[in-house]
Amino acid sequence: MVRKKTLGSKMFTIFLYALLGLLALTCLYPIWYAFCLSISDKTAANSGLVTIMPVGFSTIAYREIMGDAKFFHSFWVSIQRTVLGTVFTMLVMIMMGYPLAKSKKEFKLRNIIMWLLMFCMVFNAGAIPWYMTMVSYRLIDKIWGLILCGSLPVFNLIIVMNFFRGIPSDLEEAARVDGAGPWRILFQIVVPCSVPVIATMVLFTSVGYWNEFFQGLVLSTSDKHYPLQTYIQQMVVNTQSAANMSPDELKLMSQLSNKSLDAAKVFIAMVPMLVIYPFIQKYFVTGMMVGAVKG
Amino acid sequence: MKPKRHLKLQTHYFIMTLPGLLWLFFFSIVPLRGIVMAFENYNPGLGLWKSPFVGLENFKYLFSLGDAKRVIINTIIIAGSKIILNILVPLTFALLLNEVRNLKYKKLVQTAVYLPHFLSWVILASVLLNVFSLDGIVNQIMHLMGKESVIWFSESKYFRQLVIGTDVWKEFGFNAVIYLAALTGIDPTLYEAAAIDGCSRWKQILHITLPGIAGTIILMAVLGLGNALNAGFDQVFNLYNPMVYSTGDILDTWVYRIGLVNLQFSLATTAGLFKSVISFFMIVISYWAAYKFADYKIF
Repeated sequence: MVRKKTLGSKMFTIFLYALLGLLALTCLYPIWYAFCLSISDKTAANSGLVTIMPVGFSTIAYREIMGDAKFFHSFWVSIQRTVLGTVFTMLVMIMMGYPLAKSKKEFKLRNIIMWLLMFCMVFNAGAIPWYMTMVSYRLIDKIWGLILCGSLPVFNLIIVMNFFRGIPSDLEEAARVDGAGPWRILFQIVVPCSVPVIATMVLFTSVGYWNEFFQGLVLSTSDKHYPLQTYIQQMVVNTQSAANMSPDELKLMSQLSNKSLDAAKVFIAMVPMLVIYPFIQKYFVTGMMVGAVKG
Repeated sequence: MKPKRHLKLQTHYFIMTLPGLLWLFFFSIVPLRGIVMAFENYNPGLGLWKSPFVGLENFKYLFSLGDAKRVIINTIIIAGSKIILNILVPLTFALLLNEVRNLKYKKLVQTAVYLPHFLSWVILASVLLNVFSLDGIVNQIMHLMGKESVIWFSESKYFRQLVIGTDVWKEFGFNAVIYLAALTGIDPTLYEAAAIDGCSRWKQILHITLPGIAGTIILMAVLGLGNALNAGFDQVFNLYNPMVYSTGDILDTWVYRIGLVNLQFSLATTAGLFKSVISFFMIVISYWAAYKFADYKIF
């Protein structure tokens, strides 16, 4: 491209790169900050000396967590919830998305089911009826309660469906001629052709399960059933935002609190996401675009 | 195709949708019966169908409460500002990023700005409450400028702005994805022609880029309407405290407190139903408008 390099345009470029770089840094800051706090010296962390670099070095926070059975139990609950929940949700979405990607001619119930889905997506009963239903199913303190409570993710399902629609029908036709049934076509032709959207949905679903804290809070009768985010919400955030305290009381509390230990818990809760993010990141832009734009 | 085989295929298709339909039935449809609580004086001892029916009394009572008015106003202010800024900021960001010619740098920035979207409000709240605490980095900077230290999230006059600002910060990168995708759809020869004609960067944005993605912008604006009462439960719940209820309490957090903490089931269901009905109409209108003005069909 032809472009004259004037002084103004050079200045603009420098300003632009600096601004975007700064924005990107603020987005990485929470992770870096939690990490710095967690490895900093306890007194330095508590007195607010840690801002952009660790102060001192100590692994005591992590050693303390090693002995915290409750933390590990919560971690395990979250792992189970995320893995089981993601597998279950993906299976349901893939199985349901395939027939719904057909025309009304090919699948007679298609439009009725679509309208039902739409209704459930835009209208819900609210928190109290939802909670009472969960109680009536005896899903309190149960791992399946934590999985099923979120209801069918209709919007994601529609994205999967739209992606399936974009797959050339010749492929399916060829398989059908060769004698493949609908299940075989779905799992051996359609699914392998849909890696971007499936990877995207695995990311969204697993992050959704991992990050959910509220249902974990109201569907548990005691802290030994908490998933990790609920544990952190209750043990870390709730005490942090403890209100109605005078500045002196706040000071006292921050001396008693253990910021580096809290930060270590928060950092560990970030880790699984940081691990899967780079692998799936390259898919999600294509996955989302192809699915969201009608095929 | 023989008729018998056709029937069998239909059955297979139906079986495929069955797990999803059951999930939908038991966890989205069955809870709807709980809505009757909004029209009765619910008594757990009597159960859902035997509690005394009171008609619209709960609604009258709800709207007579000062708290209800306050939380509705807070909800609309917070949600409305988020809708507007969550379009403008990501759009500006996408336009700026589009001016970056170094692809490696562009990719690096993108990878970083998508990250906060994937972190939960629990995690971010724990960091934000530290950053904005009495001895946090924000107050240290304010101190250098000679300003007084403030516990930011405990000040009702700052709370809304902080909630709106931190939400925009969390989501701007992710929300920009759709604009960035729309930008790639613009014919690059247009820019070449404009550059040869001596068009500045700014003029190119004004006359080529913006018209090129106008459809996407309208679409996002219209679809945003459906969130008019979604001020963000997870965020507010993790950041607020009783000192900021006057400006920061929203419908969802209020429903949680009166319903699941104070156990006023009927009142909480009524408030929840009010939100659901308004949201329902907003979403229907927004989808209709998106179809009408942006030719968007969800299915």
